[in-house]
Amino acid sequence: MPNHLYRLTANQVTCGIKNGQFSAQEYIFQILERIEKVDNKVNAFVLVDKQGAIEKALSIDKRLRDGEAVGELAGVAVGIKDNICIKDLKTTCASNILESYIPPYDASVIRSLKENDAIIVGKLNLDEFAMGSTTEFSRYGPTRNPWNLEYVAGGSSGGSAASVAASECAVSLGSDTGGSIRCPSSFCSVVGLKPTYGCVSRSGLISYSNSLEQIGPVGKTVLDVVMVMNSIAGIDENDQTTKPIRPIATLTSEDITKSNISSKYTADQNKRNITIGLVKELIEGADPAVSKCIYSAVDLFEGSDCKCEETSMKSIQYALASYYTIATAEASSNLARYDNIRYGFEYDPEGYEWNTYFSNVRNNFGDEVKRRIIIGSYVLSAGYYGKYYLRAHIAREMIRQEIKSLFERFDVLIGPTMPILPFKIGQKIDDPLKMYQIDIDTVIANLAGIPAISMPIGFSNSFPVGLQIMADDMCEQTLFDVASFFEKIVDVRRSPEI
Amino acid sequence: MVEVKIGLEIHCQLTGLNSKLFCPCQCDYQGEVPNTTVCPICLGLPGTLPLLNKMAVAFASMISLALGCKVQERIMFYRKNYFYPDLPKNFQITQYNAYGITSIGAEGKVDLGAKSIGIRRVQLEEDPGRLIYENADVNANFYTLIDYNRAGVALVEIVTEPDFDNPKDVRLFLDKVTSTIEHLGVCDIKLDGSLRCDVNVSLKEGKKVEIKNINSFGDVEKAIRYEITRQKTMSIREIEIKSETRHWDDARKVTMQSRTKEEEQDYRYFPEPDIPTIILGDQFISTIKTKMPELPDERKIRFLKDYALSDHVAKVLIDNKELADFFESTVKLYPSSPNEIAHWIISDLLGLIDDIKKEERSLLSGLRIEPKHIAELVKMIDQNKINRNIAKSVLSQITRTGEMPSYVLDKMNASLIDNESKIAEAIDSIFELEISAVRDAKQNPNAMNFLLGKVMQMTRGRADPKITLNLIKARLAKME
Ligand SMILES: [Zn+2]
Repeated sequence: MPNHLYRLTANQVTCGIKNGQFSAQEYIFQILERIEKVDNKVNAFVLVDKQGAIEKALSIDKRLRDGEAVGELAGVAVGIKDNICIKDLKTTCASNILESYIPPYDASVIRSLKENDAIIVGKLNLDEFAMGSTTEFSRYGPTRNPWNLEYVAGGSSGGSAASVAASECAVSLGSDTGGSIRCPSSFCSVVGLKPTYGCVSRSGLISYSNSLEQIGPVGKTVLDVVMVMNSIAGIDENDQTTKPIRPIATLTSEDITKSNISSKYTADQNKRNITIGLVKELIEGADPAVSKCIYSAVDLFEGSDCKCEETSMKSIQYALASYYTIATAEASSNLARYDNIRYGFEYDPEGYEWNTYFSNVRNNFGDEVKRRIIIGSYVLSAGYYGKYYLRAHIAREMIRQEIKSLFERFDVLIGPTMPILPFKIGQKIDDPLKMYQIDIDTVIANLAGIPAISMPIGFSNSFPVGLQIMADDMCEQTLFDVASFFEKIVDVRRSPEI
Repeated sequence: MVEVKIGLEIHCQLTGLNSKLFCPCQCDYQGEVPNTTVCPICLGLPGTLPLLNKMAVAFASMISLALGCKVQERIMFYRKNYFYPDLPKNFQITQYNAYGITSIGAEGKVDLGAKSIGIRRVQLEEDPGRLIYENADVNANFYTLIDYNRAGVALVEIVTEPDFDNPKDVRLFLDKVTSTIEHLGVCDIKLDGSLRCDVNVSLKEGKKVEIKNINSFGDVEKAIRYEITRQKTMSIREIEIKSETRHWDDARKVTMQSRTKEEEQDYRYFPEPDIPTIILGDQFISTIKTKMPELPDERKIRFLKDYALSDHVAKVLIDNKELADFFESTVKLYPSSPNEIAHWIISDLLGLIDDIKKEERSLLSGLRIEPKHIAELVKMIDQNKINRNIAKSVLSQITRTGEMPSYVLDKMNASLIDNESKIAEAIDSIFELEISAVRDAKQNPNAMNFLLGKVMQMTRGRADPKITLNLIKARLAKME
């Protein structure tokens, strides 16, 4: 039995288990041991479901012994961001206000993962209600960057990226409202995907900003991300904003049902003649330590039959304002339900009059959440709706249109995922505006609804740098083709020493 | 005379649906154990998304068409944000037209004969849960219970233009809308709380006063009358009328200022991001049109034509679908005299129903009357087998016993034929019991009345007093 099973990719794990090289039980014990060993330093997990994980592993092993079929993700250790509901497991959004909330139902993505025999090992840290870019705003304390524990892991899905980078699980699910999957994936040197809006069901994702966010996978390789997507993507009757996916461009969804093609997406590494648009505004706005890394990657692409051209996206100047207006507006309404009547945390209402009790309850939100609720309520209020909310939507439409026209010329658009390298924990926490500004590169994809992936492209001063690739609406497959091609020519995969 | 402007907001629960507006829970919550017809979606649990019930859209489109509205091509939902313990998400998913008309129906017109009333919009929204106070005096409660069974039930809100200038037209309008909703089969109007109405009243150039909590449609008229008088009195005394929300006090029949002073609420409306914009194509609308049942106006025209009823008779029948259906079933059984049948239903049968039932619009429930009864009764009248007066008492008996008219009449006749000998029998036994009274009766007419009373008592009033008195007299005469 190999010694470092926990370091394997999801693809290696399922193959190894299905081929009998090792059992799901052996693998999951190593994973649990790994979590035990490193998570007190990384702080990626907020809850580890040891018992559930072991039971699932045993059932997979038994079915394999009995010659029964197992799912496509059989045995793969998956971590889940703690804003995605798992039946009978605490789901807190890293908030005091949901301290003792136990959902009575599975999110649709969780049901898919369970059906595909993934092993859910636990819940992962995040900024409270996914509001933040560093995972510092968590009731459980900050998640630390596995590459340097004094530094932020990025956010808000900090736990999702750090856990995969630290090999505490093979893949994970995060959620991405304005970069929450891609930012920590870039900071932790893993692959993270924000799918097209409507590609993955949001049913069971505790809403922050409904019109912007998507659940997406984080993995060590593009192939792992593809495998998870094949399990979770597609129309879901529990989310009426889901749309039919377009997996392989040449096939219609009818073909796929007819021919029983089980995998929806592939990671085809032979993609050639890619037309790449390098977004000028993004690269120019980046820290030189970051842009240098991106430029050297571009050189590599150009040397491999890709056509790379600099292009401008003027509407980017409106992106942040538009994003924060829409996100906070929706958040202020989404978070209104936390009144501790039906669920929440232990707080006896005895002796309180309703209004007092209600304000005391609401005082349990963290400062960043309060800030966004207040901003959101303001931009929606009677005199300001037209001035802020409607204009934010006009800007959003401009961005969407400009992106659309760019995809008439390019297969993909690229740029840095983050304009800066990871920074020290505590360094920006007191300056909300500076914190919001680091989302500039990622919010575009959320506003336009298009898919975007962040993949490791190199290191600068021993800190990871991520490349962001964006594709047109529902063109996940293009993204996977290009990303796996890049992955092959720019192989930077390493593991941090913890 | 001071001009008055009245507008209505009618809420109609779509009880004809199987499930709630945004989740699969059963929509019939009446009589269910509190908090049992609920699920994560209608409880607003974190992470749940609304799943629009397509049937509700179809029902609301039918209502819109029936009220002469244009069914919009682009339908959107909005969030109305406010905090209240009966509202699981602390926002209500509803529709909103301030940023372009996207409610299901808009710009309708309902014809009331002399005038027509504009329909501003017809929209879909979710009902909140219910707060339950164990003590009727709200302030005496130390806690409040919440039942979420009603939360998420589909409501159609019908908003009129302020086109009414008197309470009578309001009543006419409500009768017509109620009958329309009944004919569409989308709402069981007899269910408690399935149809609710808020009213706004203002004097010309005056501020708008909203009246809520009017539980019965009968009280709508009363509330408006009260409010008009109140506002007129105030304006005569030059007291400023404030724009406010008042509540109808059901017991005292007055409008009261709401205890909590409702400031101008800012609901922070914005489009519901979890429900995509719905495009209702021409095909959808034409399909709905073909599925529309016969509406009151069409039915009335048919009644006038097919049955040669008067306008008034047809209107009374059609204002209550139950009566109109009863009438048609009866005519089917006995097609010869539709007019006679109609008269028996709207004057004699309705005459037997008390006002409370009329208010509840549950006219025939509790009565054991069926169309076959009226059909036979009218046939007997036509054949001169029964006169009208006897027919009336036969009808009254049928409503209690459910017996066929011929059977009731036979029984009546039988008791009449037996009468004399039966009365004589009774007289015999009374004469044996009341010896002293019999003795007195020869001189004293009061004693004679006493004997008559005794006989009536014994026959439980079935004896004809005239015949009885004659028999007593004859009997006394014989004794001499
Ligand atoms: Zn429900």
